[in-house]
Amino acid sequence: MAKVLMKGNEAIGEAAIRAGCRNFFGYPITPQSEVPEYLSRRFPEVGGTYVQAESEVAAINMLYGGAGVGKRVLTTSSSPGISLMSEGISYIAACELPVVLVNIVRGGPGLGGILPAQSDYHQATRGIGHGDFRLLVLAPASVQEAVNLIYEAFDLADRYRNPVLILGDGMIGQMMEPVEFPPMRPLDSLPEKPWAATGMKDRPQNVINSLYLNEHELNAHNFKLKAKYDQVAREQVRFETWRCDGDLDVLVVAFGTMARIVKTALADFNAAGGRGGVFRPITLWPYPHEQLRETARRAKKVLVIEMNTGQMIDDVRMALGPDREVGFFGRTGGVVPTPDDVLAAIGEVTGKGAAR
Amino acid sequence: MKAIFGYPKSLQSRTTHYCPGCTHGVIHRLVAESIDELGLRERTVAVAPVGCSVLAYNYFNCDSFEASHGRAPAVATGAKRCRPDLIVFTYQGDGDLASIGMAEIVHAANRGEKITVIFVNNAIYGMTGGQMAPTTLPGQVTSTSPFGRDTELAGWPIRVAELLATLRGKAYIARVAAHTPLLTIKAKAAIRRAFDLQRRDECFTFVEVLSTCPTNWGMTPNEATEWLERNMMPYYRLGVLKEPGDFVPYSVERG
Amino acid sequence: MPKVVVDRKRCKGCERCIVACPQQVLTMSKEFNEKGYPFARPEFQPRCIGCRLCAITCPDVAIEVFVHGTMYQFFPY
Repeated sequence: MAKVLMKGNEAIGEAAIRAGCRNFFGYPITPQSEVPEYLSRRFPEVGGTYVQAESEVAAINMLYGGAGVGKRVLTTSSSPGISLMSEGISYIAACELPVVLVNIVRGGPGLGGILPAQSDYHQATRGIGHGDFRLLVLAPASVQEAVNLIYEAFDLADRYRNPVLILGDGMIGQMMEPVEFPPMRPLDSLPEKPWAATGMKDRPQNVINSLYLNEHELNAHNFKLKAKYDQVAREQVRFETWRCDGDLDVLVVAFGTMARIVKTALADFNAAGGRGGVFRPITLWPYPHEQLRETARRAKKVLVIEMNTGQMIDDVRMALGPDREVGFFGRTGGVVPTPDDVLAAIGEVTGKGAAR
Repeated sequence: MKAIFGYPKSLQSRTTHYCPGCTHGVIHRLVAESIDELGLRERTVAVAPVGCSVLAYNYFNCDSFEASHGRAPAVATGAKRCRPDLIVFTYQGDGDLASIGMAEIVHAANRGEKITVIFVNNAIYGMTGGQMAPTTLPGQVTSTSPFGRDTELAGWPIRVAELLATLRGKAYIARVAAHTPLLTIKAKAAIRRAFDLQRRDECFTFVEVLSTCPTNWGMTPNEATEWLERNMMPYYRLGVLKEPGDFVPYSVERG
Repeated sequence: MPKVVVDRKRCKGCERCIVACPQQVLTMSKEFNEKGYPFARPEFQPRCIGCRLCAITCPDVAIEVFVHGTMYQFFPY
């Protein structure tokens, strides 16, 4: 399949179509509005339905309805919009409905800004809604990876009957990069959903519900979900290591587009005789704690670099334990650290400056 | 002997949790009878709200959703847009629809979603114990308007049927009541028409049903019927406010 | 002569049917059902004209109405 030069947001929309998604419910918000724009003109060509909701609160509940009748559904939004969706996401997770969500993160908190950031890490991995539940959270570092992850996210959502969140940032959404799309998945190849609310014909009633007034039933439901999350944690941890073979002066832990910037900086650092590697988690939940601990074993220093004031660093500390010192460098609010900023931070941590 | 009044197939057999004399039970039956008579049960999906009818999925004998508070019209939109062949209806109370869910109902109506909305207006929050609702009448005492609803501070009761009838799109909008036998008979005709219009893929259909709440009004069921007659009927006029036939197309020149 | 049957287990003693019946067929029982509600019962069955208003107004679908042969259709329902 030929490569196409495409904007991230539009590639996300096309990837969803390739995965057999024909229903989008969303709301305009910078920096992700190109997804609804793209789908509103592309969907008619493939028999899809685009609905612009009156708010993200409505959008996520439309998703709940669409997934509940057994369809592959998508919504995309950005930080404040995802906050509005949190109650609905909790309902979707409680009812074990397969949906794909995309957060093209922008500077926060509050109205914040419209430029790229990674300040929704905690929201995505820990605090996206009330109650004990988890989302499978995937963080692409390029438009191509976003396409691949979106395409796969629909299968993951169906397989585990759980919402899947793609955590991008303004760069992923706004960058144009050459991408290759998987072939169009035939709609009749999509998995059967006998649990869906499709009309009580020759079968007992199906109810999409998260109300359990009996505390023992709700407790049992919670631990049933917990068992599923443990299974996902066993089966779906994904990460990338870059230049991590052998002993290292510094291991930089970074995710998403930040990791790409770190690679550029480390290329110079290594060229100047340093030994630097990158550990890039792709699943932010389930987080690759063991794999990080293993990789960091032969690194003198560990440095976490994020476009926030320090969120993923909590997971890094959890992985490495209290006796390992962990450095941190972060900018946020839309400030994107340059390779020079990263080199300077590495220099501080390793004491080895690298001429640029 | 021949039964001339029986149990609708679209209602489950279990008894409801509703208080004695609460007309939710009557309205459930009218909906179920309409679905039965139109032969829709096997492709109908109910969307239950949060409120007294939160357990509606235990009573309607069809596939169902439990929606979050106020969001039933959005859930129904999602379900209907993804499966237009299904008959989708929401069953909501006044706290659910006219308060937290106001944006959802207004926009679902404005988009002309081909769903049916059964809106039960009993001028109070029932499930949570009798608080003031957007439909609570001026001077009406509730657990959060202990001195009677003060319109200076809490505004006036919202007439949802009229509000939705001002929207431009094609729709069937009616207000009925179910506190007396005669009005119940008329209410059923309106509810049945709403489902029939959805069956024919015609337009958005909305039926507001005035309903009693003996427990939270602090009255016996029959006293509640009289209270509704004397207090709610003058403020919430019954009737069909909009018919699909009233629709007049409108369009701008294509640039 | 038409017949009304009240399911004493379903009845919650709300008395709506008593008021609805144009022939005062139904009265409340002295004893209680399993849930502790007094229940309606057709004390004056012969007066019944099979109009179904009791069943129509019952919130708990606790009333069935039977007739011999065809029913006199007072109103469409």
